[in-house]
Amino acid sequence: MPGGTTCDGHITVRTQRVRRNHTGAKLAVFAMLAVAVLAVAVLAPLLCPYDPYAQDLSHALEAPSSAHLAGTDRYGRDLLSRIIVGSQSSVFFTLLLVVMVAVLGTAVGVVCGWKGGKLDVVLMRTSDVFLAFPGLVFALAIAGVLGGGMINAVLALAAIGWPKYARIARGLTLAQKGEPYLAAARLAGCSTAQLVFSHILPNIAGPLLVTAMLDIGTMMMELAGLSFLGLGAQPPVAEWGSMMSENRSLLQTAPWTIIAPGIAIFITVMVFNLLGDTVRDYMDPEQRGRRKDKDESEEA
Amino acid sequence: MRRYVIRRLLQLIPILIGITLLSFGMMYLAGGDAVTALLENQGVAVTQEVIDAKKHELGLDQPFMVQYLSWFRGLVTGSMGTSYVTGKDVFQTFVSKLPATILLTLTSVIATVVVAVPLGIVAATRQNKFVDYLIRVLSFVGNSLPNFFVALLLIFVFAITLGWLPSISANIGKTGIAAISWTGLVLPTATLAIAMASKYTRQIRATVLDELGKPYVAGARARGVSEGRILTRSVLKSVMIMLVTLLALSIGDLLGGTAIVETIFQWDGVGKLAVDSIVMRDYPMIQAYVVWMAIIYVMVNLVADLLYHYLDPRVRLGGDD
Repeated sequence: MPGGTTCDGHITVRTQRVRRNHTGAKLAVFAMLAVAVLAVAVLAPLLCPYDPYAQDLSHALEAPSSAHLAGTDRYGRDLLSRIIVGSQSSVFFTLLLVVMVAVLGTAVGVVCGWKGGKLDVVLMRTSDVFLAFPGLVFALAIAGVLGGGMINAVLALAAIGWPKYARIARGLTLAQKGEPYLAAARLAGCSTAQLVFSHILPNIAGPLLVTAMLDIGTMMMELAGLSFLGLGAQPPVAEWGSMMSENRSLLQTAPWTIIAPGIAIFITVMVFNLLGDTVRDYMDPEQRGRRKDKDESEEA
Repeated sequence: MRRYVIRRLLQLIPILIGITLLSFGMMYLAGGDAVTALLENQGVAVTQEVIDAKKHELGLDQPFMVQYLSWFRGLVTGSMGTSYVTGKDVFQTFVSKLPATILLTLTSVIATVVVAVPLGIVAATRQNKFVDYLIRVLSFVGNSLPNFFVALLLIFVFAITLGWLPSISANIGKTGIAAISWTGLVLPTATLAIAMASKYTRQIRATVLDELGKPYVAGARARGVSEGRILTRSVLKSVMIMLVTLLALSIGDLLGGTAIVETIFQWDGVGKLAVDSIVMRDYPMIQAYVVWMAIIYVMVNLVADLLYHYLDPRVRLGGDD
């Protein structure tokens, strides 16, 4: 019976030991993978085997071969080079987006939690309104109004992303406000700015950082999704989502033109998801699997 | 309970006002572009005088609050203007496309439950065994695949390579729910369900593990209650409560999140309508879509909350908070 194994103290002890030993090593491995992805993005121009924008119609739509590892698209452009260069827009704009929502949301949340009163009510009701738009609806509309372009897509997603951080930061700030050490610091003559920047922020940074790490993958997929719909990167700029959209009609004749950038997104998102999960486990081994539930209900 | 319901309804009012203000304000800021888009769609040569005249005709030169109030009146009475592209009534068009999206949402939710609940429970009861690892890896993969890639992969495998299912879901010439072919429902449903099931399998696994670790389960085991009975009688109940709230939330998310999938499969719902309208810069249509999706989402959330209150005695009897 399965019950026998879970009740057996010896086995439970062993699995716990195995897990604890792994988290640190996992963190190192996934952090290295993430750094590798970043390195590819930074060094993209050096890594490309071909010019990603050079058309060569005599080699159009070639299947993957030793000359073109990921094949070529309808203009004969080398797909591998385009994917490597495409990592720049995907990775940098995603990081820009995550940093933007995390900083903006945290600022709003800390102000709300710290000041309280009317300002708190107004800002929190505002964030409620932003949270009332389901999924990408609001982002789609904003991107539609602003027109195409990666920056506009980032702004559109930032508009729906910040309230989550504001709520978390506000809750954490409120919790810190009641702590005795803060009263002590104030008595010791700390100014408000000092209290916020050198006492509150360092103490609430952990959970916010974890949330941001966990969001990287999702935000990358959402950005690519907007590009796929033509609301992000504009062709001929190499970006994974828009490459897949551009080549959609070739699914039957040249499936590699879609599968190759798709795999690139998949691997990158997975690396950041693995890193996010591991960071969460590392920071808070007790809460394994639970915080996720909380976040989900928080988004409601 | 009644007091709670009333309080929730009252809380809704500022949210709804906020939603309408934001939806309207966004398009108000795009105002000048909107007129240009309208005139371009009508094929009129765009000069400043023409734009000003059209703005005056549409009332777009009025102050913000005047415009907002007249738009709000239209929202309440269901006359939200006509599309810049088709010239048809915007609200009517939105309503005619809604059933298709609701249908897709429901089939996806059902598929998700059918897949995620058994997988989550199996993974939890076989914790750290091969089956558990397999399920966790699969759900991780599902979580890391963008839905447009899943959609294209499914089309490639099942429509192009195997030829089992159509890749396009709509019958040309009809609109709304009449346009939908039933075999065409399978792939979009699968696309949406893969992403959601991956997410929920993990959460159901965590909930079941949590529940199985509680003292009452140990007590039941000590009394010799069979594992199956513990699962069906006790653990499943707590899973159900979690599932109701999660699903209600994801219904809202799905209603608003189907835009990409609907576009790929040519599914004739509101998501595709929104994307088409954005491409054509059909501002009244976008406006109607945004504001109504938000209203629907808020309502679904309200129902979910009330249901949660009703289902969970701890919350129901534990006072009004």
